[in-house]
Amino acid sequence: MQDLLRFITCGSVDDGKSTLIGRLLWDCQLLMEDQRVALAADSKRVGTQGEDIDFALLVDGLAAEREQGITIDVAYRFFATPKRRFIVADCPGHEQYTRNMATGASTADAAVILIDASKGVLTQTRRHSHIVRLLGLRHLVLAVNKMDLVDNDRATFEAIVADYRAFADEEGIGAVTAIPLSGLKGDNVMERSAATPWYDGPTLIEALETLPVELDAEVARPFRMPVQLVSRPNADFRGYAGQIVAGTVRPGDAVRLLPSGRTTGIARIVTMDGDLGQASAGQSVTLTFADEVDCSRGETIAAAEAPPQQSDQFEAALVWLGEQELVPGRGYTLKLATQSVTATVQPPKYELNVNSGEHLAAKTLGLNAIGVVELATDAPLVFEPYGESRALGGFVLVDKTSNDTVAAGMIHFALRRAQNVHWQHIEIGREAHAAQKGQRPCVVWLTGLSGAGKSTIANLVEKRLHALGRHSFLLDGDNVRHGLNRDLGFTETDRIENIRRVGEVAKLMADAGLIVVTAFISPFRAEREMVRRMLPEGEFLEVFVDAPLSVAEERDPKGLYAKARSGALKNFTGIDSPYEAPERPDLRIDTTAMSPEDAAEAIVEAVLGQR
Amino acid sequence: MSMTHLDRLEAESIHILREVAAEAKKPVFLYSIGKDSSVMLHLARKAFAPAPPPFPLLHIASGWDFRAMLEHRDRTAAALGMELIVWHNDAAAADGVNPFDTPTPVYTRLMLTEALRAALDAGGYDAILGGGRRDEEKARAKERIVSVRGRNHRWDPKRQRPELWNLYNLKVNAGESVRVFPISNWTERDIWEYIEREAIDVVPLYLAAKRPTVVRDGTILMVDDERFPLAEGEVIEERLIRFRTMGCYPLTGAMESDADTLPKMIAEMAASRTSERQGRVIDRDESASMEVKKREGYF
Repeated sequence: MQDLLRFITCGSVDDGKSTLIGRLLWDCQLLMEDQRVALAADSKRVGTQGEDIDFALLVDGLAAEREQGITIDVAYRFFATPKRRFIVADCPGHEQYTRNMATGASTADAAVILIDASKGVLTQTRRHSHIVRLLGLRHLVLAVNKMDLVDNDRATFEAIVADYRAFADEEGIGAVTAIPLSGLKGDNVMERSAATPWYDGPTLIEALETLPVELDAEVARPFRMPVQLVSRPNADFRGYAGQIVAGTVRPGDAVRLLPSGRTTGIARIVTMDGDLGQASAGQSVTLTFADEVDCSRGETIAAAEAPPQQSDQFEAALVWLGEQELVPGRGYTLKLATQSVTATVQPPKYELNVNSGEHLAAKTLGLNAIGVVELATDAPLVFEPYGESRALGGFVLVDKTSNDTVAAGMIHFALRRAQNVHWQHIEIGREAHAAQKGQRPCVVWLTGLSGAGKSTIANLVEKRLHALGRHSFLLDGDNVRHGLNRDLGFTETDRIENIRRVGEVAKLMADAGLIVVTAFISPFRAEREMVRRMLPEGEFLEVFVDAPLSVAEERDPKGLYAKARSGALKNFTGIDSPYEAPERPDLRIDTTAMSPEDAAEAIVEAVLGQR
Repeated sequence: MSMTHLDRLEAESIHILREVAAEAKKPVFLYSIGKDSSVMLHLARKAFAPAPPPFPLLHIASGWDFRAMLEHRDRTAAALGMELIVWHNDAAAADGVNPFDTPTPVYTRLMLTEALRAALDAGGYDAILGGGRRDEEKARAKERIVSVRGRNHRWDPKRQRPELWNLYNLKVNAGESVRVFPISNWTERDIWEYIEREAIDVVPLYLAAKRPTVVRDGTILMVDDERFPLAEGEVIEERLIRFRTMGCYPLTGAMESDADTLPKMIAEMAASRTSERQGRVIDRDESASMEVKKREGYF
């Protein structure tokens, strides 16, 4: 039975990664005649090896890569020997594509780090070793390539290996197998080379054939399976489908469902080919329970006696993948196993200088930056530290507006304060407050450009509510900035914090039973959504006070547009800072067609019509 | 109990199919009836058993598919009780577009790419499952498992989402969609070994038999129906042939072979010195042609 090893190759530009992979494919006899003919033709046309075959062209497939003669993106390649099959992720060497290397490393069992024997250990070697360690790859092959360029000199090889080991020990990088080879000539790749008679270690392929596969280690751990979906084809069957990430499960095993904490027993392990007597890490199965217990996507089924942890505050390492830098305080969708929650990230504790390992001060993280941050989620996550489990410790962040995947994260540990700050149980709850006032509390959130008429309308709304005997309170943008938020400016980060605080205050007021009316530009969709999520379903009413920019600018009640246009005022919404209009507001007020009085009436109707 | 490479690939593909079912609003399964589609359909059945796969099958029919493929398609859909949607570019066919007279790139664009885009627009699908494999072609080797297509189905290789661990981002904005390739990490050899292991029913054309053929420009073409126009001097001859890939019959080259069973065929392929796409006329334009087609919305 053949098994499968996934590995990455990395190293600096021009140290011959693509050539080495091309050589592996060539020597494993996996290249077909037509591919060889095409390769020979391409080598003549755009190759860099004169009349010889340019193996690198086998892997650099995109037009842009051929134009520039570099690898832009991870390429996944396949080859096999009689002992094992391989999937290799060829990772780009260029510094700006570090994120792609992290991508390739996330699914790999091992890494081959290439060093150009004529150049020795370079900055990029260290950078890639840092990332390999960060991503938790435990098996490293150091391929000292281009030995032919240094006359296959033993002393040169040994000096490079000593140099690397010193660095690896300092970094806590584990076992390293070092091999002198030449991808171009094929020395010590598939066949032991006569050019290095002094070397008695494994060839590259021998090393790759004997590295342990990570899955084997996962099987020995306690059972865990994140639920992907619930299968209910008919009234008699209710199964929970997922891929086991650790341990082994058998019918009769006691399991705990997290985060709910309920326990039950495994009844069956169902597959299309019949029930199984047991299933282990790596297998995709469907489980049924002995009891009727509620369980859904995102929950984790775990060994009852050794469940994973849960928390809503973490320290984690982040690799920033997005073109736009991290916005501390903004809500991102966090995906971990099958769980999706909203996470906000604090300004980094530090950014890692991946070349030196130094910790640098940082306010944010840009593309390809690696940093350590604290983050909070809006619901508890079932997790394990990344060092123990990739599947329950690795996560991605997704931008809520663009839907791009903007970061990869690795959980270090849960913050202790998440466990120690408990909610104080309050005897007089929000229902009691609301009942006393005889109304249902809510937050009426007016958003729109400066000058759209938010404050005017908000005032009228409150007057009307007051006249009707309702208990309300108006939070106005300018007023809040004189007190609670006077430490905040108008950068994107500060605007987000401004809205977060106002959201929290509005929520407390709603808890006190009040109808809260707010008037804030609140330009970003993500933050308005954040406030919506702070409140119970149906208690957040988003009102879009819609005025075209030209109209608002013409009104310019505070003279701010004029200032912004002259450059005297920076980060002004609509001018040099964006406004993201609501896509589906609960109510839209067209201020070009409706008077402020009518608008207020419509809003009051909507508020009171809610109950 | 250690998992073999086929076990690992199977478990990974099932995981991906389930993620799509859990997170996409309206997924569809692009069923091209070939060996890859057949394996993917088998994996989909495994992923959701005892329930049927929760998406319809979509076949983009060029009008020139092998008859054996259409029979296999209808038989399979009926046996599984799955909804089958067949889409054909009637307007182009009425205009006389056909694989013999229309230049191949134009034919491919109209009958395959345009038809696919129209079918996807009509269905409003946000996730399209396809049987693409990374070992097929260099541009495919760079493909994500979940690949975002912008409005108008365009692929931009420079704006791909990084994809880490087994966390797939299926979120799209209005008008956008994702193409999902659950068998990205399989090779042609894996596909055939899995078909053998699981006894998956495939179109008989993959196995050798005597079939009516014509040799044109060095390519053996099968005369699958009476619409095949013979050129001056061409005669139809019976040859012992089989196919490595499936597509429009006038554009798919056959190979002479006596491998009439699966084990023989796998042995022959293992010894073969040509790649599977070698018989595909549509791939022969330029070395980046797959990339160009993908950018336009081709699968």
